[in-house]
Amino acid sequence: MDLLGLPFLLALGGAAAGLVGSLTGLGGGIIVVPFLALGLGVDLRYAIGASLVTVIATSSSAAAEYLKKGFANFRVGMFMEIGTTLGAVAGAYLAIVVPTSAIAVLFGVVLLYSAFMTRRPRAERPGPESPDPLAERLRMDSAYPEKEGPKPYRVRNVAGGFLLMSAAGALSGLLGIGSGAFKVLAMDHVMRLPFKVATATSTFMIGVTAAASAGIYLGRGYIDPVLAMPVMLGVLAGSTLGSKVLPRIGTKALRRAFSLVILAIGARLIFDGLTGRI
Amino acid sequence: MGEWSDDRLRRAMGALLRWGVAIAAVTAFAGGILYLQGCAGDVPDYRVFRGTPPALRGAAGIIREAASLNPFGVIQLGILLLIATPVARIVFSLAAFVAKKDLAYVASVLIVLSIVLAGLLRERRGAVVPPESFRPMCAPSEASSPIPVPMKAAPEESR
Repeated sequence: MDLLGLPFLLALGGAAAGLVGSLTGLGGGIIVVPFLALGLGVDLRYAIGASLVTVIATSSSAAAEYLKKGFANFRVGMFMEIGTTLGAVAGAYLAIVVPTSAIAVLFGVVLLYSAFMTRRPRAERPGPESPDPLAERLRMDSAYPEKEGPKPYRVRNVAGGFLLMSAAGALSGLLGIGSGAFKVLAMDHVMRLPFKVATATSTFMIGVTAAASAGIYLGRGYIDPVLAMPVMLGVLAGSTLGSKVLPRIGTKALRRAFSLVILAIGARLIFDGLTGRI
Repeated sequence: MGEWSDDRLRRAMGALLRWGVAIAAVTAFAGGILYLQGCAGDVPDYRVFRGTPPALRGAAGIIREAASLNPFGVIQLGILLLIATPVARIVFSLAAFVAKKDLAYVASVLIVLSIVLAGLLRERRGAVVPPESFRPMCAPSEASSPIPVPMKAAPEESR
């Protein structure tokens, strides 16, 4: 390895991962782990540590933007964070007993599922008919900005959403990813939040969820500075660029191409896990 | 002190997150520059998991190493600040919900805060390893292994 080799390679790879993550809507972490583990042969535990740090950086800066624009419902987010952080801590402890090959297989499955989810058409669903008493009590019903002005919405099935959120948190803690696709699923399908609000609120919660397990991983020595720093800075730069470029280019062909790459990575993770290579 | 409307809270949290990430990224980057000046060249084998040295695993050790301008310590301080950013957002919203007398959210935010802090501040046996088992600075002259000896081997070898 030459003098400046690894950090620059990591930063460049991180920037590519951040770009792909933001253009596909998958987020950075889910691409960083295979990039490090499959691409560079880094031990899965170091890869997960670096990814968690990256996830905190990208989700926090994206959440800042969503908060400014008024899409994120922080009451829903803060209540659901009880579930996601409990899940994240459980996931971080599960990571000790689950063998890395099983984590690789699970990662592949989650990657394929997330890719499938982001490819689905996003139809707005009709809002819930009857109000959820818990949502009313917690004053979760709100409004989000549309061109015609603020559009009010109601929240339903808070309990069901909470359960699914806890599972999403556990996946986040176990795999070192934001698991945004599962959080959106909980809020979009189960709680019937408008899709934009679900995405923004999911991003809002990812930082806190990842911080809960990152503290534990830091204590276990999974977060290596020389590995995590260039990856984190690279992904931050790449995803910022991606979010600037995204509205201006037709992403259909790009999305399709990246989806194939994601499919290949997911299949490879499952294969390597099953054959015990990871 | 003004009224904490939801709108004002939302904007303040957004600004807090943006600044937290910026400060953390700049700190980690500064550590990266120190690293490139002093220790670049030989990189540990990340294919084998050994774990970071104990001094880089907890807040106290990281702050101590960063204060002595150890590149690894400075980078890790940036990462610690990054992890602290969402935590700061929780603390801030706790204060706002207290001011708003919004008890349901005071309670839920307190629960979240205690879960996150429990993970972050948990006492670690690694943190009590004597500092001399950790090489505080790396320099080109002693660049044989920039990442100090793994935790388990360290105490025996230093004696």
